[in-house]
Amino acid sequence: MSEEKIIKAIKFGILSPELIRKMSVTAVVTPDVYDEDGLPVEGGVMDPRLGVIEPGQKCSTCGNTIASCPGHFGHLELVRPVIHVGFVRYIYDVLRATCRRCGRLKLPEDELNKYLDLLKRLEGRWPLLARGLTDYVKRKAMKVVECPHCGSRQFKIKLEKPTTFIEEGPEGPRRLWPTDVRSRLERVPNTDLRLLGHDPELSRPEWAVLTVLPIPAISVRPSILLETGVRSEDDLTHKLVDIIRTNERLRESINAGAPEVIIEDLWDLLQYHITTYFDNEAPGVPPAKHRSGRALRTLAQRLKGKEGRFRGNLSGKRVDFSARTVISPDPNLSINEVGVPEEIAKILTVPERVTPWNIDVIRRYVLNGPYKHPGANYVIDPTGRRIDLRYIRDLKAIAESLKPGYVVERHLVDGDIVLFNRQPSLHRMSIMAHVVRVLPGKTFRLHLAVCPPYNADFDGDEMNLHVPQSEEARAEARVLLLVQEHILSPRYGGPIIGGIQDYISGAYLLSSKTTLLSKEQVSDLIASSGYRGSIPEPAVLSPKVLWSGKQIISLLLPQDFNFRGKANISAGPLKCDDEECLWDSYVVIKRGKLLLGVLDKKTLGAQQPENILHWIAKEYGNSFCREFMDGIFKLSLRYIEMRGFTMMLTDVLLPNTAIKEINELLDNAKKKVFELIEMYRRGELEPVPGRTLEESLEIKIMEVLADVRDEAGEIAAKYLDPFNNVFIMARTGARGNILNITQMAAILGQQSVRGERIRRGYDHRTLPHFKPGDIGPEARGFVRSSFVSGLSPIEMFFHAAGGREGLVDTAVRTSQSGYMQRRLINALQDLRVNYDLTVRTPDNEVVQLIYGEDGVDPARSSYGKAVNVDRIIERVVGWRL
Amino acid sequence: MSSKSSKKKFNILEHELVPKHEVLTKEEAVELMKSLGIGPERLPWIRASDPVVKALGAKPGDIIKIVRKSPTAGESVAYRFVVSG
Ligand SMILES: [Mg+2]
Ligand SMILES: [Zn+2]
Ligand SMILES: [Zn+2]
Repeated sequence: MSEEKIIKAIKFGILSPELIRKMSVTAVVTPDVYDEDGLPVEGGVMDPRLGVIEPGQKCSTCGNTIASCPGHFGHLELVRPVIHVGFVRYIYDVLRATCRRCGRLKLPEDELNKYLDLLKRLEGRWPLLARGLTDYVKRKAMKVVECPHCGSRQFKIKLEKPTTFIEEGPEGPRRLWPTDVRSRLERVPNTDLRLLGHDPELSRPEWAVLTVLPIPAISVRPSILLETGVRSEDDLTHKLVDIIRTNERLRESINAGAPEVIIEDLWDLLQYHITTYFDNEAPGVPPAKHRSGRALRTLAQRLKGKEGRFRGNLSGKRVDFSARTVISPDPNLSINEVGVPEEIAKILTVPERVTPWNIDVIRRYVLNGPYKHPGANYVIDPTGRRIDLRYIRDLKAIAESLKPGYVVERHLVDGDIVLFNRQPSLHRMSIMAHVVRVLPGKTFRLHLAVCPPYNADFDGDEMNLHVPQSEEARAEARVLLLVQEHILSPRYGGPIIGGIQDYISGAYLLSSKTTLLSKEQVSDLIASSGYRGSIPEPAVLSPKVLWSGKQIISLLLPQDFNFRGKANISAGPLKCDDEECLWDSYVVIKRGKLLLGVLDKKTLGAQQPENILHWIAKEYGNSFCREFMDGIFKLSLRYIEMRGFTMMLTDVLLPNTAIKEINELLDNAKKKVFELIEMYRRGELEPVPGRTLEESLEIKIMEVLADVRDEAGEIAAKYLDPFNNVFIMARTGARGNILNITQMAAILGQQSVRGERIRRGYDHRTLPHFKPGDIGPEARGFVRSSFVSGLSPIEMFFHAAGGREGLVDTAVRTSQSGYMQRRLINALQDLRVNYDLTVRTPDNEVVQLIYGEDGVDPARSSYGKAVNVDRIIERVVGWRL
Repeated sequence: MSSKSSKKKFNILEHELVPKHEVLTKEEAVELMKSLGIGPERLPWIRASDPVVKALGAKPGDIIKIVRKSPTAGESVAYRFVVSG
């Protein structure tokens, strides 16, 4: 074993020509790649000394095979120097800050000494200030027009993108060729370079003008053998061939004494090829293309962007022991669990070390082999030899040979812990640990209560699953990442996991006053919830023993739990602010008994702070809260199944009288709109302050039309049964709202694009069905129909136009907020809250003296506040206050 | 820091939107650095050209204590290390 080395620092610099030659194993001299026999040409870009290509071959440079040969650099001697695109800015700065004749920094000697002295003191301790000083020196020197050292006049130098320098001398502009640039840079002394912020040991500026080009190893640009037998070369190889060919032509032209213009053209061509070799997206350079027209992917393109080396291969990598498939719901699981298809469970493995206590179980796994479910795929003996069970005929022998110390990679089984993730992973609840349940089928199954944290639905969503491979990772997953540990979200002090949709409808129906249950029903419900106690005294004895739904729910509540709060249905005519509630819309739980009120979104829903789930999680622990949720959600679903719950046409069908009423309302509104238009035409319309007359008219029309929809909605609500299924869902918060019902039953209303009535399309009209200049309601996107009555084709078009805007908005918003999130995370990812509650960077810089000003963990707060005094009083004093 | 401009201007430290700023004494500064286990340059920086630093008359190397009103914590304390510039 070699000695362990620790990296203390990394310094970046420019390769010097000498270093490039020293690194090189061979000079590349010819643009030919392969000879007639298809063998790589010596001195070509595929020279075998640059590294092995074929498996089994030995490297002629280092003697290693393909697996261990790192590849070796070659080099190309350039006939004429060429500017490196990556360094033009630095070259430009140095050229302007130094004298064109003597190469000194254009500041007087005493000043230079003063700054150098200051720089030495700043370096190390104040790197940021040192940077500021060098910038200042550079800017000051650039302004000088006469060299204080040799007295020669200085001329303005212009940079013509990407790599051409032009000096505007007294005889007019003159091009500075890379040779001129290089000789000027060579003259700058080391001490002056330091003041410009360079480290001359690592990067002399003239090294940025290339005289030698390193040729990267073949392993960096491997060629691919196509099925047709044709060899396809890497983009870099293509580019290198171009460079060498141009270099050779330039050499021949010079040797043949060709005219200066031809030589300069070839020189520029060489510059172009080398520029695009480094960066094929450099501004001002036409990108080099393939014959097919595809732009070449050269060095900079390999590093840049989402799929580049940094973001694609270093910040994020593809991993083993992971799986991805479609998700589907399973209300029979615990919220802590995930259903894994058997097919996947047979591929993902957990390494388990054989001990005297598990040897029997593991033997059974090995006997089952890789193709039968609770089986195993590999056996690793204590010497580290891997036995692939797919190729073993006698599994029995292997099973018998197992001894403590062996490791068996067994299939995923019930009870294993795995990480489950849905992109985009915007918060920490996007990756949580679940307990495995191996199930038939081909989808991952998850409990519906964990949909909110993942933001998942089942319209084709896919999710990823990862199997931790070490004891530490598994322990961390169980203790920190398990779903139940994330019931309370740090995004806001409250539960992010909780009831949605049918769980809420079900809890409402079960807890409503009218629900009375027979003994059979009670037994059924209790069995489904997992409650293992005795049945309470019935609420009604005669003529039949009956239990109330509230009694059943109370069985799951902790004995000493108290709660008071408004229900979601407490609104409009059913509003209640305290216990004296005729509508059962104020919830009171006293000593674990649900006495008053119905359970709905406010009390049992996800993302509802300070509800029952929040207090149970805080006061009885996450584990208990999970058990409670599993129980009450199964109870709700069982009851909603028993009772039956659906949505039907008659739920949103209005009687004729109501339709007549609405039609009258609409006719009136239309009349009002035409009156407004008339007033506007006559010039009698009162303008809204700060608006033009046209804008005022639009505003007033929109007001009238918005009002009429609200009024129509009220009429619809008046005629519909508030206890029908659709209304129950809207009132309890299970799904939908009153506006949705209005749009189904009564009227869709005004469709808008960018907050205005729809007006674009044809000249002075939205569609050819209208007269030009028509600004009446129908011509501008007012939809009079409801979803029940059906939309006319024109109405349907306006509705689609309004809907499209929403889609565009979400598409734009997600991309923008995604980029914002990336920047935030990059800035904050290494900050840490220390034991003294200070927030510090890894360099021990203090960012906050106390985390978040108050040291409060929002996940343990109630709605952002550290303590909720009312809740404490309620708990101590009891329900009475 | 021209006397011409500072003469007639109001004192920004008295503006209601400016939290309380004060310069720490040598002893207080040493005590703070000891309790945090860091050098002063590990605190967030504030430039000497910052209006509030000029109003306080603080010099590079000083530490400024800022006491703000906080809706959640009542009062929150922050420190800034004055740098030249
Ligand atoms: Mg979806
Ligand atoms: Zn090699
Ligand atoms: Zn000079």
